[in-house]
Amino acid sequence: MKGLTPIVKKVAQLMSGIIFVYGIYIVVHGHLTPGGAFAGGIILAGAFILLILAFGSEVIKLKKEETGSSITESLSILLTLILAIGGLFIGTKVFFNNYLPKGEIGELISAGAIPIYNILIGIEVAAAIITIFLALIIFKEEEEER
Amino acid sequence: MEILLTVILGFMIIGAIYALHANDLLSAVIAQGIVGYGLVICFLHLKAPDLAIVQIVVETITLIIMVAVVLDSSRKEIKGKIGFKSTVNIIVGLVFIGFLIYFFNMATGSLDVFGEHALRMSETYIEEGAQKTGAANLVTGILWDFRGYDTLGEATILFTAALGVLSVLRLKGKK
Amino acid sequence: MIVYIMCFILFLVGLYGIVTRRNLIKIVISLTIMEFSVFLFLVLIGYVEGGEAPILTENLPEKVVFVDPLPQAMVLTAIVIGLATSAMLLAIAIRLYKKYGTFDIREINNLRG
Repeated sequence: MKGLTPIVKKVAQLMSGIIFVYGIYIVVHGHLTPGGAFAGGIILAGAFILLILAFGSEVIKLKKEETGSSITESLSILLTLILAIGGLFIGTKVFFNNYLPKGEIGELISAGAIPIYNILIGIEVAAAIITIFLALIIFKEEEEER
Repeated sequence: MEILLTVILGFMIIGAIYALHANDLLSAVIAQGIVGYGLVICFLHLKAPDLAIVQIVVETITLIIMVAVVLDSSRKEIKGKIGFKSTVNIIVGLVFIGFLIYFFNMATGSLDVFGEHALRMSETYIEEGAQKTGAANLVTGILWDFRGYDTLGEATILFTAALGVLSVLRLKGKK
Repeated sequence: MIVYIMCFILFLVGLYGIVTRRNLIKIVISLTIMEFSVFLFLVLIGYVEGGEAPILTENLPEKVVFVDPLPQAMVLTAIVIGLATSAMLLAIAIRLYKKYGTFDIREINNLRG
């Protein structure tokens, strides 16, 4: 898959930075405005997909594998499970309960452990979508070369 | 409100019927975009902004993957002959549709009129949701506190889908 | 009441597509059309006339009526599950095209005997 013209490359470089910051905003403010982990995670993946589509697949083929996104995805789920097991020892002793202190309604730091869960699952969703995209579109031609 | 939803649903049905009868696979994939983005407008008018954001990005990702798959393979539509097997298929389909219409009448006869919904199950969620979870967004509070196990299962499903795609496309089979 | 009937007609269009089409990509498209009709039906049930979106902001009137947030939470989970299903189906479709050279479901029948 070849890259596109230089105008598209330059515009993609500018826009992917803006889309990345917007995705982080949607994920972090998930408990105050509409959004949350799933919407923000897919927007974060969209920033990377825009770069890959504009520059062609020769940029990615230097590594020949998609190990970076797979490791990120597995680490995020592991940290979520460790945080959920922490609920077994603190507060009411139930797995996966909201045990951090809840502040006032409407502040950025409030609602217990919900913002931390949002960030971790947002990273996991972004890494999963990037892995699916790389495996389906970029790397499937590699089987014929071997 | 009902007239607006009826008009948008009419466009979605026309787009869906065209997507099944198109001669070119690329036209069929783009006609599926009509159904997806029409659903976003319906969600916005039904006061569900969370769902509108998720549906618009998911529809975009689905369209990107489908267009890449279709452009890399064949684009032809396969026509079938009208034989004995296809007639039996259509008759069985009509009988099945008759059963479904009967059950649909039985099920929605006891629903309330559109717009007057008896909030029996969600009264506790609306009145005490903000105090007990501390979140201003009630949908996020329900998703992570009252119904946390569903969200944990969904993260597992996305993880398994990535694992499945990698394992299907990596093993070499026999010729 | 007519919105419920039109939702059901969209479901029937998707069902017709799964039963009668021979191309694998059109079967995947019909499956996603069926899923969309179910999402719309679930959100239509929970709508209250004159209600607001279920988010607590500062300048709301005193006695405010919200729409039902419980079906919205369920449909949010279901949309992402539909994406995972479509991705899996397309991966299998790519693999079948590499082996048989066509998307026709009547020629992909090496599983007999």
